Amino acid sequence: MIFDIEYETMPREALESIQLRRLQATLSRVYATVPFYREKFQAAGITPGDIKSIEDLKRLPFTAKQDLRDNYPFGMFAVPMDNVVRIHASSGTTGQPTVVGYTARDINTWAQLMARALAAGGATRGDIIHNAYGYGLFTGGLGVHYGAEKLGASVIPVSGGNTKRQVIIMKDFGPTILTATPSYSLHLAEAAEEMGVSFRDLRFRFGIFGAEPWSENMRGEMEEKLHLKAVDIYGLSEVIGPGVSIECHEAQNGLHIFEDHFIPEIIDPDTGEVLPYGETGELVLTSITKEAFPVIRYRTRDITTLNPEPCVCGRTMIRMKKVSGRTDDMLIIRGVNVFPSQIESVLMQIDGVEPHYQLEVDRHDNLDTLTVRVEVDEKIFSDEVKELQRLEHRIEKDIKETLGVSVVVKLAEAKTITRSEGKAARVIDRRKI
Amino acid sequence: MQAEQISIFLENKAGRLSEVTGILSDAGVNIRALAVADTSDFGVLRLIVNDNARAEAALKSAGFTVRKTKVVAVEVSDRPGGLHNILDALFKAGINVEYMYAFVQQSGDNAVMIFRFDQIEEAIGVLTKIGVRIIGGSELYTM
Repeated sequence: MIFDIEYETMPREALESIQLRRLQATLSRVYATVPFYREKFQAAGITPGDIKSIEDLKRLPFTAKQDLRDNYPFGMFAVPMDNVVRIHASSGTTGQPTVVGYTARDINTWAQLMARALAAGGATRGDIIHNAYGYGLFTGGLGVHYGAEKLGASVIPVSGGNTKRQVIIMKDFGPTILTATPSYSLHLAEAAEEMGVSFRDLRFRFGIFGAEPWSENMRGEMEEKLHLKAVDIYGLSEVIGPGVSIECHEAQNGLHIFEDHFIPEIIDPDTGEVLPYGETGELVLTSITKEAFPVIRYRTRDITTLNPEPCVCGRTMIRMKKVSGRTDDMLIIRGVNVFPSQIESVLMQIDGVEPHYQLEVDRHDNLDTLTVRVEVDEKIFSDEVKELQRLEHRIEKDIKETLGVSVVVKLAEAKTITRSEGKAARVIDRRKI
Repeated sequence: MQAEQISIFLENKAGRLSEVTGILSDAGVNIRALAVADTSDFGVLRLIVNDNARAEAALKSAGFTVRKTKVVAVEVSDRPGGLHNILDALFKAGINVEYMYAFVQQSGDNAVMIFRFDQIEEAIGVLTKIGVRIIGGSELYTM
């Protein structure tokens, strides 16, 4: 079922003309209302009037996560705070989150896009949706929630955690659509088995999974264990949240980007050159309907390929391949974005701890684990075991409070973490996604 | 009055202990007493050796994290109740024992215990008052 049949199946020429009109309106608005963009455009010698076609987009400068951090918290908002009805944030490096805002119309747009996404994933108004994405500053939970209500489905706002209770809810309420991170969904399946509840007996038809990368192999495993059809959803809070693109359940082969709201480009991450369809590179997104927090040529750091071939589902919007990796060192641990430099800055704040650490990422029982190995040198070595354990717990607590992610700290002997000339091999990722 | 103990940080990996004893043996250092405190991930190896300076240098140049800790070596009469008298006196004086372990050699007819106290001066005071003999560092290393 296609939720917004007029837009989702719009012929390309009509779609492209809408894109250009919306792009030009967005550019002249940000030029006038957001000092950051005006200065950037002026430095590049461009005014909004110079952009006469979608191809001209490449003449505009990029926006990066650092720009959001530099303008923390509300420096890039394009409307007065009075018009902002929602604020979301994601964790950023050195403890500074990236903050985004929404007007009432943005919230409605987002709900509309999420309704499209849920419908593409197989949901209808007759479905009961078990929403296990986290509710709060994270855009996942509320994003799905408003989309589900817009679609007309019955949404259960379980959020993350409380796994045993979630299993009971699944058994008693009989939800038919599951929305969760891929790893958490497998964790739910295991917990359910332990409680004598088999997914075979539950009523799930489809699952819409995202917020972390997952492969085709994992799709097979999930469909088998969860007894549903699994589709991928993509988004990022800087652009809107989930709802930038969605895999249709009909093809399960690439995610349709909602091009009437976001213009995608693929660039070479080193040179910034725009690459043609079919080539793999970094996804860059420009929002053309966002009011409070528009982004112009935002570098997502996600690696993908654009596929313009018509799709069996009937949607005319271009598809992106499942995200295959990142251009930076960001990790996603149980759905939380973690930069190694964030861990480093927490360690540096503890007296005596040297910057010789290593992150080991693994997955046990379908949950990501992050082990932080910290070297013990003379400065922090205490003869008493309980002091050393106290140090381990202190580091774990500081990381949990600053980043919101639980890690295990392991003390290591001095000089056992390999040094390197340039960028240290900070991260060992053993997960086989 | 106090003696020096060498503490070494070790990860819980096979071969770590034997590497330490190998290094000390190559350096001609003799271990007089030894205790290992461990958690699931790491351990602290505590040694009384006959040559602290040589031991520390050899271990440090092999990359181990080492520190010296002040401990008290006490003669304990080698019969039932010997240790209890000492611990009871310390308890009554409010002195906390961080850890303790036995020394290999006897001192005449007496056993020897190595103690680590937080309040080392007060502990020495209490022990002296109840009449136990404290063995100083230089005597301990070469006993």
